[in-house]
Amino acid sequence: MLFLLTVIIFGLAQAAPGDPFTANIDPSVDPEVYEQQREKYGLNDSLPKQYISWLGNFVTGDFGESIHYKGRSVKDVISVRITNTVYLSLFALIITILFAIPIGLYSARNPYSWFDYTATTFGFLGLSIPGFFFGLVSIYIFALNLGWFPSQGSVSVSVSGQTGITLFLDRLHHLVLPGFTLGLAGIATYMRYVRTEVSDVLKSDYVRTARAKGMSESSVLYKHTLRNALIPIVTLLGFELGVLLSGAVITEQVFNYPGLGTLFVDSITNRDYPVIMAINLLLGTTIMVGNLVADILYSIVDPRIRYD
Amino acid sequence: MAQKEVLRVEDLKTHFFLGENKVAKAVDGVSFSVHEGETVALVGESGSGKSMTALSIMQLINKPGRIVNGNIFVEGNSLVDMSEKEMVKVRGNDVAMIFQEPMTALNPVFTIGNQLVEMIRKHKKVSKKTASKRAIELLDIVGISRSKAIMQEYPHQLSGGMRQRVMIAIAISCDPKVLIADEPTTALDVTIQLQILDLLDTLKKKLNMAILLITHDLGVVSEYADRVMVMYGGQIIETSETKEVLFDTRHPYTEGLLNSLPRMDQKSDRLEAISGTTPPAFAFPQGCRFAPRCPYATEECTVENPPLVEVEEGHATRCILHMEGGKLHVSKD
Repeated sequence: MLFLLTVIIFGLAQAAPGDPFTANIDPSVDPEVYEQQREKYGLNDSLPKQYISWLGNFVTGDFGESIHYKGRSVKDVISVRITNTVYLSLFALIITILFAIPIGLYSARNPYSWFDYTATTFGFLGLSIPGFFFGLVSIYIFALNLGWFPSQGSVSVSVSGQTGITLFLDRLHHLVLPGFTLGLAGIATYMRYVRTEVSDVLKSDYVRTARAKGMSESSVLYKHTLRNALIPIVTLLGFELGVLLSGAVITEQVFNYPGLGTLFVDSITNRDYPVIMAINLLLGTTIMVGNLVADILYSIVDPRIRYD
Repeated sequence: MAQKEVLRVEDLKTHFFLGENKVAKAVDGVSFSVHEGETVALVGESGSGKSMTALSIMQLINKPGRIVNGNIFVEGNSLVDMSEKEMVKVRGNDVAMIFQEPMTALNPVFTIGNQLVEMIRKHKKVSKKTASKRAIELLDIVGISRSKAIMQEYPHQLSGGMRQRVMIAIAISCDPKVLIADEPTTALDVTIQLQILDLLDTLKKKLNMAILLITHDLGVVSEYADRVMVMYGGQIIETSETKEVLFDTRHPYTEGLLNSLPRMDQKSDRLEAISGTTPPAFAFPQGCRFAPRCPYATEECTVENPPLVEVEEGHATRCILHMEGGKLHVSKD
C-alpha cells in the first residue's frame, strides 16, 4: 500500500508542469546556468533513477532538501509545522468527542424533543456549511466584532520566549476558532452517529435484560448502552484522523495558521516538490496508521472480534 | 393449594397511544394471581398480549405504551404505585425475568461473570469475591459444567442453550419470589427445550418460586403448568387448571388451539388451523373479540364482549355459548 502510494505521489509530482525554477527564475538568466541548476538537483536524470534515489533517501529518513527554503532540509521545514497541525487536529478531535457524544446521547434518550430537533437542525447546518465559510464567519464575529479570540496565527508575539502554562494557554486561545471550524463537520456527523447507535442499542434485548435485572438507569445507560453504541463509532474515529489532517489544509489557510496545511499550499505555489511529496506521503501514512489504529481499537472494544 | 399468593394482577390495562384516536389495547383488563411453588402458563398467539402482560408486571413498558388501569401486587406491595427508584429494587430481586431470545439477551461486550456479579452486587451488599463465588455456584446449579472457565467467557462463545442457562442463573441469583419466563424455549431446539424446562421445574421446587410461564406451545403447558390462562385480544378468555383446559375446553379459541396440534392417535394429512388472524389491538370488533374467527359464532356474539364467567368451579370462560343456557353448555352433573 505504502509503496503504491510512493509511486503515485512521485508520478503526480513529475507529471505537474514546470520545475522548481520556472516560477522564480529571472528571465535574463543564462539558459546555461539554468541547465546547470537542473543538472545539480538531478532533474535531468531518467524518471526511474530519480524515483529510486528519492525513495532510497526517503526510507533512510532523508527527505531531501527544500528547494524554496534554500539550504534547509525538508525534515526541518516540516517538523516545525507538524507540531502545530498535530495540536490543531487533536484539539478538533477532542472537541468532536466532547460535544458529539453527550449531545447524541441526550438526543437518543429524548427523541423528538425540542432538544433533539435543535441538535438535528444544527447537525445538518454543520454538515452543509463549508469549513472555510464557517471559519470566515467565526473570524468576523468572534475575532473582529467581539474580539474574544485571535483571528490568525498559532501563538502571540508577546509570549514568544515564554514557556509553561502561559505559552500553553496562549496556544489554546489561538486554537479555539480553527479547532471548532475543523471539528464542526465531525461534531455534526458523530452526533448523528451516536444518536442512531444509542437509540438502536436502547431498543436491544440486552438492555431490556439489564433493566429487568434491576440495574439503575445510569448503569443501563453508561455501562450497557454506551459501551455497545461506541463500537462502530470508535472505528470511525480512527479514520477521522486522516480526515482531520487533510481538512486542516483549508482551515489553516483561512486562519493563516502555520501548520502543515499552509506549508502544503505554499509549497505547491512554489513548486517545492520535495516538500509536497514528503507531506503527501506523511498524510497517506497517517491515514493508513489511522485505519490500523481503528482496527486495533475495534478489537479492544468488541470482544467478538478479538484475535485469539 | 394452601400456598401463599405472591403475585396478583388486578384488572390490568396497558394501552399504546399510537396517535390521534388510535389506541392499541395490548392488555385490556387482565386479572390473575400466582402462588408460591406454582407454575401458571399464559398461552396465546403472537400479539395476544402475553409478553405485554409480563413487561407490565416488570414496569418495563416503553413509550408510547402505558399502564392505564389496574394494579399489580407482589407479596401485597403495589408495583404500580412505586417510584422508579423503588421499582429498581424489585426488578431482579423480587421478580426476575428470562426472555425468548437467549442469543441477544446477554450483553455482548461483557463477560458472563461480569453480568452475573453485577446483578448479585446490585441487590446484595457483598464483596466482589463473595459475589463471584456465588456466581460460580449459580452456574453449577443451572448445570453448566465448566463454571469457572465460563465466568471469563463472552456470550458469543456459548451456545443458545448455554446462554439460556446463564440467563436463568442471572434470574435466580437473588432468589426471586416470582420468575417470569417469556417463551424461554422458543428459540432453542427441541432436545434443549426439555432440558431448560426441566431445569426451571427443578429450580421452582427447590427455591419455592412462583413461575409465570409465557408460551404458545400447549405441549409445554400440559407438561409443566399447574394452571393455564388462555389469552386472546389482550384479555384472558379461558382459565382453569391445566387438565381442565385441555380435556374440558370451554372456549372455541382454546379448542382451535388444541385442534391445531399434531396428534399421534389420529391419522390425518393436514393440521387444523384457526382461520383468519388476530385482530390488531387498535381495532377490536365490538362484540366477542374472537367472534369473526369463531366457527360457532351467532348473531348474539357480535353484540357485546362477554365477561369472564366461572362456569364450573375454578374454570372461567369468556364465551356466551358455554355459559348457562348457551348452546355449547354442558353441565358435568
